[in-house]
Amino acid sequence: MSRLWSFLTATRGRDRLHWTDWVSYGYLIFGVLLMFGPVVWLVLSSFKSPNELDRFPPRFLPYAQETLEIEGFDSPLLAFIVTEGELTGEVVGQTRRAAGRAEVVLPADPETRIRIPADTLAPIEDVAFATENYTSLFERFNFLQFFWNSTFITVMATALMLLVNSMAAFVLSKYEFRGRTAVLLLVIGTLMIPQTVVLVPLFLIVTEMGMFNSLWGVIIPGAATPTGVFLLRQYMITIPDEILDAARMDKASEWKIFWRIIVPLSAPAIAVLAILAIMWRWNDFLWPLIVLTRTENFTLQLALNSFQGELQTDWPSLLAMTVLTLLPIACVFMFLQKYIATGIASTGGK
Amino acid sequence: MKKTILTSTALAAGLAVSAGAASAQEIRFMCYSDGNECAVYDDLLTRFEEQNEGVDVVVDEVPYQAIVENLPVQLAAGTGPDIAKITDTGGLNEYYLDLAPHVDTGYWDEAFGETLNWYRVGDRDGYYGMHSQLTITGPFVNATLFEQAGVEMPGAGATWEDWAAAATKVAEATDADFPMAIDRSGHRVAGPAVSYGAKLVEDGTGTFEGFGPFAEAFVGWNEDGTMARDVWASQGGATYADAAQEFINGEVVFYYSGSWQVGRMDEQVGDFFDWKVVGSPCGPAGPCSGMPGGAGIVGFEQTEHPEIVAKVIDFLAQEDIYAEAAARTRNLPAHLGVAQTGVEFEGATPAAQAALTAFAADLPNVAPEAFAYQGYSGNRAMYGITVERLSQAIVGELSVEEALARMNDDLEAAMSEAQ
Amino acid sequence: MLRIITPVMRVIEIPMLALQRLLGINRLAWVFLAPNLILFGLFAFLPVILNIFYATTGSDNVLLSDRPYVGARNFVTLTDCGNYLDANSCREDKFWRAVWNTLWFVTLQVGFMVGFALLTALILNRDIRARGFFRSVFFFPVLLSPVVVALIWKWILQREGVLNAFLDWTGVGGVNWLVQADWAFGWSVFISVWAHMGFYTLILLAGLQAIPRDVYEAAIMDRASAWRTFRRITLPLLAPTMLVVLVLALIKGVQTFDEIYAFTGGGPGTATTFIIQYIYEEGFAGAPRLFGLAAAASLLVAGVLVVLTLIQLWVNRRNVNG
Repeated sequence: MSRLWSFLTATRGRDRLHWTDWVSYGYLIFGVLLMFGPVVWLVLSSFKSPNELDRFPPRFLPYAQETLEIEGFDSPLLAFIVTEGELTGEVVGQTRRAAGRAEVVLPADPETRIRIPADTLAPIEDVAFATENYTSLFERFNFLQFFWNSTFITVMATALMLLVNSMAAFVLSKYEFRGRTAVLLLVIGTLMIPQTVVLVPLFLIVTEMGMFNSLWGVIIPGAATPTGVFLLRQYMITIPDEILDAARMDKASEWKIFWRIIVPLSAPAIAVLAILAIMWRWNDFLWPLIVLTRTENFTLQLALNSFQGELQTDWPSLLAMTVLTLLPIACVFMFLQKYIATGIASTGGK
Repeated sequence: MKKTILTSTALAAGLAVSAGAASAQEIRFMCYSDGNECAVYDDLLTRFEEQNEGVDVVVDEVPYQAIVENLPVQLAAGTGPDIAKITDTGGLNEYYLDLAPHVDTGYWDEAFGETLNWYRVGDRDGYYGMHSQLTITGPFVNATLFEQAGVEMPGAGATWEDWAAAATKVAEATDADFPMAIDRSGHRVAGPAVSYGAKLVEDGTGTFEGFGPFAEAFVGWNEDGTMARDVWASQGGATYADAAQEFINGEVVFYYSGSWQVGRMDEQVGDFFDWKVVGSPCGPAGPCSGMPGGAGIVGFEQTEHPEIVAKVIDFLAQEDIYAEAAARTRNLPAHLGVAQTGVEFEGATPAAQAALTAFAADLPNVAPEAFAYQGYSGNRAMYGITVERLSQAIVGELSVEEALARMNDDLEAAMSEAQ
Repeated sequence: MLRIITPVMRVIEIPMLALQRLLGINRLAWVFLAPNLILFGLFAFLPVILNIFYATTGSDNVLLSDRPYVGARNFVTLTDCGNYLDANSCREDKFWRAVWNTLWFVTLQVGFMVGFALLTALILNRDIRARGFFRSVFFFPVLLSPVVVALIWKWILQREGVLNAFLDWTGVGGVNWLVQADWAFGWSVFISVWAHMGFYTLILLAGLQAIPRDVYEAAIMDRASAWRTFRRITLPLLAPTMLVVLVLALIKGVQTFDEIYAFTGGGPGTATTFIIQYIYEEGFAGAPRLFGLAAAASLLVAGVLVVLTLIQLWVNRRNVNG
């Protein structure tokens, strides 16, 4: 038991790898497969043709059937290899297939049409990335406009939320004043209400305020997130009061204490919140869907979902768009996660 | 604090800009696509814009979800678009703009006939919607599997029982996994239910009277493996699910879906096997009914430019434009003139053309109940109830009797609220 | 980034300093709170107050002015049950199925999630190689939108999905995961943990790293056992962070909706229908829109959550004080 706990709680490694290190790495590598594998699958799928997507059993890499350019035929013919009969091993191009019989031609002799049973033909396939899934997106609509809208909403909402939430968290963690408990309960109360259940009243309020079909209609309501206040407040509690007292002795204003001391010391929590806020706004779908109806205001998520019709979904485009939408946020995360590390390092030394 | 002041100024500026744009006679068309519809309309409407100087019709392509869930709320709040492509033809009636004062009603009656009624409710019986794509449900059959199994395909007038028996035989003889599959949708089972004696609409109100026999048969088929249980059982709520993927992979012998699947079958089945469309099977109650459906284009009363809105819709309703749209989007026409002339569907293979023709030929077999159901304003509620409760019976949460009782209760509750 | 932020902060300091002189430090607290409270008031509380009006009115009209007052009818409809343990005996059977499903789901999901998040955080807190990389990996699924999460797993788990193809290949044979209620429920818990665990891991990791090293060094000097160190040092010092994690996980667990809705649609039957889905379908997606019923249900849920959270906070306070 104590062994196990030493493995779980150790913070400094030894010179050579202990067995607990092996277990740790094993766990982490399993984690990588489990957390990353599905995403890799998504990315590979986004390069598949519709036929390949519907195929069972599914294949890891995208394939496409090869075609043959044969003289006398306007369009390329699908290439097959014959598995049985006289032509075994020959590569043929198929001209027609009906009721279990196929009509094929040999590339060398395009004049003679040969009829053979269809099940003696095996398709010749090759790995082929359907990049047209991506290129068609840019032809189809104004990708940059949607990208800009998404970015604008995300950046503004995140900045607004971080500022407002950390201000509130500061006083809720470091001030003693009447009504503090009430406000705290209020914040927690707000946590109970997911946006999904107040969509209609919220829509009416936002419309009443003239923010329908305005990017601000997505930005401002999104900034009122109790999770942030709660998260930051719990983190700020752990900052020792002595630091604040020392600063007050030096006649620093409360605002200066807030942004010169509290904010830098809360950097890890703020970084976590920043990532969350960015992610929420970037991935937001239900709310923008009801507030924004004009193409020029659309976010990437809305454009992505417009591939879903009543009866049909354009999967290749939808998947390609999903991957494109995922890229920026993954980059932002790579960038911000360093801040979490440095932030943690600087407070850890205290 | 500063921040909020800044934002509200920016807000005011934004409003001013949009108000300025609106005065240039901008018409907003909220559209959704099952294929290329919005792109085609956008293209056709550029011609309209050329003919009508100063009018700008903007096609906003939104997810279908926005049309079903958000549009009604936006309309209630007075923030809807000018024109929209919708499927809930009866349900949105209260918001429609009557086109009658602006269009040639004689032409509209002649061109769209009965489908105009789908947009009318009670005494609001004007000219509201142009049915832009007509659909009809019906079966796709894997002919190659029948051939491999050496089973004779049931002919015209065959019943659901006949098809179930034949498909089961085929599935046993071949390596197909399922004899039959029906899309998970209340709309899809409506045709068969009518064939089994369901009334669905009586004197203008919805009812599940007579739904029992079909429910019984359908749940039974799901239990004994005749139906692909996955389709209905692997989802919850009123979620839509189709079995097209299974059919394309040659795993389903008989797949009951509808005319909109033709394009997908054509592209994806390719040479893999032969498929064909047959008419909807008959039921014990007599009819051999499919269920009509589709989408239409309507204008809304809250628009600032009713005349232009009517003009836009009327433009799309003209025979040549309508025919071109139908051909390019590969949809069955609801325009009787266009239907009579026949449509040469763009880029369709002979198989697809034959399938669409077969669907069109099945239209006269649609029972009056099914036709009325499509125009009934409470049909969306009924579709949802059907799917939810039948699914519960299929997975065994409810018995068929309980499910039917719940369906009646749900419908009653829904109607009392909708008054 | 600092180059933009610093001048903005300087500008804000001027009025803030004036306010501080005018109001004194304690009343300044309200100035700090004001922007947040205004936003909460407008976009969180006002909707809830409107929801109370919706809950007490009937019909499918969106605008409150068109809705007739019906008193407590919606609440009565929701709570009209022969036996609360048997959803079939209730008038609104779907609501009660959703309630019981949610209860089970939250119990399992919060337990597994907090457990695995803590385990992962402890391992990531060790002095391992490529820590930044591993940390990113575990956080990565959090970045995916719920719809994408559902899409990926649906493909993996459907009858003809990747997992079944793999099981067929190994000879074990596939299982129709999404058609069997228990499996679908289990996978819903798994997916939800998969998608959100990274968030809680990160919070716990931040908490772990904030524990000063010298505390541990003292423990090592005292030759305290590792288990003792964990219980006596790590856990108590982690308590505020743990509270955040538990409160958030519980609340978000009860509010689970998007990814499961996109994953199973609540099926098979109603096996994975949770409360928020019930509210969403009744009040928004379904036809006709029963806003009243949905609003009443949302108020009941919020009420239960408030009570649960208060109990959690109270237990926590007692533990800290005792």
